Amino acid sequence: MAKDRIETPLARARGHGSARDGVHHWFMQRVTAISNLFLMIWLVWSVVTMASWSHADFTTWLAMPVNAVLMILAVISVFYHAALGSQVIVEDYFHHEGLKIVKLIGMKLFFAGAAVACIFAVLKVALGG
Amino acid sequence: MAQFTLPKNSKVAKGKSVDVTTAQTQRARTFKVYRWNPDEDDNPRLDEYTLDLDQFGPMILDAMIYIKNEVDSTLTFRRSCREGICGSCAMNIDGTNTLACTKAIDDVKGDVKITPLPHMPVVKDLVPDQKHAIAQYNAIEPWLKTDSPPPSRERLQSPEDSDMLNGKDGHGPAGCILCFCCSTSCPSYWWNGDRFMGPATLMQAHRWIADSRDEATGERLDQLEDPFRLYRCHTIMNCTNTCPKGLNPAKSIAEIKKMMVTRKA
Repeated sequence: MAKDRIETPLARARGHGSARDGVHHWFMQRVTAISNLFLMIWLVWSVVTMASWSHADFTTWLAMPVNAVLMILAVISVFYHAALGSQVIVEDYFHHEGLKIVKLIGMKLFFAGAAVACIFAVLKVALGG
Repeated sequence: MAQFTLPKNSKVAKGKSVDVTTAQTQRARTFKVYRWNPDEDDNPRLDEYTLDLDQFGPMILDAMIYIKNEVDSTLTFRRSCREGICGSCAMNIDGTNTLACTKAIDDVKGDVKITPLPHMPVVKDLVPDQKHAIAQYNAIEPWLKTDSPPPSRERLQSPEDSDMLNGKDGHGPAGCILCFCCSTSCPSYWWNGDRFMGPATLMQAHRWIADSRDEATGERLDQLEDPFRLYRCHTIMNCTNTCPKGLNPAKSIAEIKKMMVTRKA
């Protein structure tokens, strides 16, 4: 919306109307927060026990189906949550519409790319032998 | 990006000091009051008035009316009911948005700093321009909406349903006096007030959504389902902390968010 447009206060308040969106974002932020809580407890606990492990010990551990599945879930949950949270920060603080869209697109592509790369790495260790 | 510092022409300078105490004064207090006149080119300033507290009543508004009547008639502020029901004298006192008429001078330690409600354009001195906030309130259509033919008598409501609006303790959303202390204390409203409805308006939206006599609940929820209008609220809770009526706008917003989820699930 152009700031200097001559419009009535009501026109400005109504703006472009309701986007009929936002519930899914809000709900998924809570869902991934809950899944993060459990998955991070598992991950931190696992990493603590790895202190004296060799590389071979770790790859054997990650190749176990339970660990590989939980690791992939952790990657999805963390990056999804990070993408949702970063979107909120950008929407809060970036007021240049063009820059905001570029930021939102770039951010989503980055988190999607990073998540796929992590999942690929886990699968490679788990399935590649 | 969000602006974190005041623009050059909004930086507050030190203003004049007026001391009207006498040798007989037993209780003196200094009031530092934000002043800005649109007819002058100057930056805003903080004027200091040192007053004898025995010359007027116990509330901040009493001191301000004393300044206006006896010390400096150019001081401009809104006030009407002087008993916390009209919301006119909302301003920032001692760092908190509140009503000058219900805030006791004794509740403030040291000098009393008074500035306009934050982050609204200033019309003059302590008078903020509330045009946009009021237009947002209008935008939620704050009146009873029904399609059913009007009943031949009053619209019935059970005491329990009435509690949804008034609250069991009288602190429900219908107790809001629209002083906008909450909205102007909310950082999300500061950064995105053009699109975020703000706590005051959202609590009023909840007041109509929760009204068992209203038939437009779905339409009202549709109007609020928006990443900015509703979901800019990040439960910072400044609104509830600052409300001079002891209401809980954050809870109203949480109730709306809950309804948004339950109508989908």
